[in-house]
Amino acid sequence: MTVETGHFALIVALILATLQATVPLWAANRGNRELMNLARHTAWGQLICVALAFLALMYAFARSDFSVQVVALNSHSAKPFLYKLAATWGHHEGSLVLWILILAVFGAFIATFNRGMPDTLRARVLAVQGMIAAGFLLFTLLTSNPFTRLIDLPIDGNGLNPLLQDPGLVFHPPLLYFGYVGMSTAFSFAVAALIEGKVTPDWARWAKPWLLIAWAGLTMGISLGSWWAYYELGWGGFWFWDPVENASFMPWLVATALIHCISVVAKRDSFKSWTLLLAILGFSLSLLGTFIVRSGLLTSVHAFATDPARGVFILALLGIAIGGAFLLFAIRAPSMEGGSGFAPVSREGALLINNLLLATATATVLLGTLYPLVLEAVTGDKVSVGPPYFNATFVPLMLPMLAMMALGPLFAWRQARAVEAVKKLWLAGIVAAVVLGITLWIGESGIAGAFGMTIAGWLAAATIFAWVKRWWGKGALQRLVGLPMEVHGMTMAHFAAAVLVAGITATSIWQGEAVKLMKPGDQVQLAGYSWTLDRVYDTVGPNYQAMRGEITVKDDAGKLVSTLYPERRFYPVAQQNTTEAAIHTTWVSDLYAVLGEGDAVAGWAIRLYYNPLVPWIWVGATLMALGGLVSAAGKVRVRRARAAKQPAEAAA
Amino acid sequence: MMKRLPYLLPLIVFAGLAVYLWNGLGRDPSVLPSALLDKPAPQFDLPPLPGRQPEEPLATRHLATGEPVLVNFFASWCGACQVEHPILNDMASRNGVTIHAINYKDTPDRARAFLQRLGDHYQRIGADPDGRVAIDFGVYGIPETFVIDGEGRIQLRHAGPISPETAQKVILPLVEALK
Repeated sequence: MTVETGHFALIVALILATLQATVPLWAANRGNRELMNLARHTAWGQLICVALAFLALMYAFARSDFSVQVVALNSHSAKPFLYKLAATWGHHEGSLVLWILILAVFGAFIATFNRGMPDTLRARVLAVQGMIAAGFLLFTLLTSNPFTRLIDLPIDGNGLNPLLQDPGLVFHPPLLYFGYVGMSTAFSFAVAALIEGKVTPDWARWAKPWLLIAWAGLTMGISLGSWWAYYELGWGGFWFWDPVENASFMPWLVATALIHCISVVAKRDSFKSWTLLLAILGFSLSLLGTFIVRSGLLTSVHAFATDPARGVFILALLGIAIGGAFLLFAIRAPSMEGGSGFAPVSREGALLINNLLLATATATVLLGTLYPLVLEAVTGDKVSVGPPYFNATFVPLMLPMLAMMALGPLFAWRQARAVEAVKKLWLAGIVAAVVLGITLWIGESGIAGAFGMTIAGWLAAATIFAWVKRWWGKGALQRLVGLPMEVHGMTMAHFAAAVLVAGITATSIWQGEAVKLMKPGDQVQLAGYSWTLDRVYDTVGPNYQAMRGEITVKDDAGKLVSTLYPERRFYPVAQQNTTEAAIHTTWVSDLYAVLGEGDAVAGWAIRLYYNPLVPWIWVGATLMALGGLVSAAGKVRVRRARAAKQPAEAAA
Repeated sequence: MMKRLPYLLPLIVFAGLAVYLWNGLGRDPSVLPSALLDKPAPQFDLPPLPGRQPEEPLATRHLATGEPVLVNFFASWCGACQVEHPILNDMASRNGVTIHAINYKDTPDRARAFLQRLGDHYQRIGADPDGRVAIDFGVYGIPETFVIDGEGRIQLRHAGPISPETAQKVILPLVEALK
């Protein structure tokens, strides 16, 4: 019964979304306030309905109700309970319901918060959100209904792809979707502004917190995915330039650019059409991300749903949403520019460079992702451009940007003096020189390693010094408290970028690897540690059998550092093997072991890695996301303060 | 008009991309080309699958016999291999296609049990417990099947399980043409 209730709730949500997509838009043109406010109620109604449907589906998974098709296909009674719940979104149909649920959450929040926003703008933003929701609800109900019942009851379910039975995968899709869907808010604000025909600094202030929240979600989603790939796939790497990874990385790059240029709209009333374009582009790439994973257009480890019929529907959806927005942009945007001019060396100038570099980087990644497809369409050859292409194009673009990131925040709006900004950073220059000296002295690093670490050191030091300079001196504490949260958020995010760069550089350049056929008792020397395989034994988990290795790692002095237990698991239900890498982290490096094929006679193929600074990648990403949230919280605080001040002024 | 042109650009680029993606929809991702196409199969010399009758090895010299042959990579732990196995059996027993197999990262007793359960119409089976030969062939996931002509050159690589349609429309016609 709950299953049918869930299905019904989705249909009601579709009706509400259709209402929300049309009536408020019409009412905003007519100036009919009551009908405009309808959007606030439908937004909440949608949230309730979609949440109901999602819970109904989750309940079916929790009870292992195999009369429901998606449960039978994607779950199994022997699965641990947490993974049964997580299986709710571990497949195409369920992940769509999750997508729509997050969209409804954003919609309801926009309807409720953002006080002080004009009714017409709110009505239009919510109407655009309604259109997106209606499109996706229609797609779900017509092509991917999660509530389809089976006539023949299976005895047990098929299970989930065992690679996906993992804590990282429980949270990775929701966070990534949170980011993808969150980009819809920027899109809705942009389209609403295009419909209204005006972009104001206030518009930017209302739109930015949602953007920051979405960006933080995207950041965490991507880094969780990378972390998962790192410990689950057992290749010792953290980023593979896989098409699906790129699909999530492109919206992130655009969202990062958008955060920076929407500030220019808020502060200087400039960069308007560029901001609108980025907002449309960011969500378009999010949709493309969904499309790429779901249509089987690209094959990779990640594509667990391939069905061209759905692809046609998604493509039509993309065509209407993106094509429509770009058409509106072509008609309305030319009349929108304006704002004040600025000198090449200024905060605006620095942000412009930031935007150009990020946009070029996005184009590079897009090209590298789609080029193999284009080439295949033209010549029939299948090629993969792979990491060499991205390392040769993406990295050189990021280096000047990182160097600029240190300077930009010190530039004044309109006109700045570069020499003064550089002078302020003499201390950071010394830090960078010291890092350069150390990396060269350690040796065997080569130019690339030294260069990467130096830039990271320069950026970290410059960011901290620039921040300290803002409040250091007389009345330091008061000035520190008085600083806008945005400044703290930005400082955190920029500092985090330095941490991230250090982590990426160190692990890419100084990674140590050993691959050996080992028998119990054998020893390998790697990165100043001795690694001994003690034994390999059989063990069983809740729904798998496993071979487990026991590897003791000792340092130079012979002191035990850690005992690693890498596993090879076999999942009988799915008839699949997975490797579980064993990782010991010291926060400055990871000791990483993978158990390969083998037997007692020939020995086991053991792969060992020493990954310096690799934890910094995820620490950096987390700090970066927190920076975004801090900044968003600041926006809300300022708005509260303003809202409180206005009535007081009116009374006076 | 010239002033408007830059604003039209996103729409134009998107339209081009949309047309392109539309074309890409119907494509079958399992037809992967191989860097080895039209080149001789890699050199290898594998021991037979222990305990299976006939217990004969599989090596490069068994591929260039003047007749086209199939080389199928399989393992008992691979679900998709079970799916395609009846189709391979059909091709061997009904259409008289010679199919050799390379047993990938498997144990002999499990592989034998797999064949007992699903039928064994392979000619020769080489055991590749550490997957070295698979690497030489450029295999990235099993099942994978190679069509090799009478002179021992690779003519087709098929990644993933062979469906009845692929067998009828692609593999059998190719084998026929190579005879």
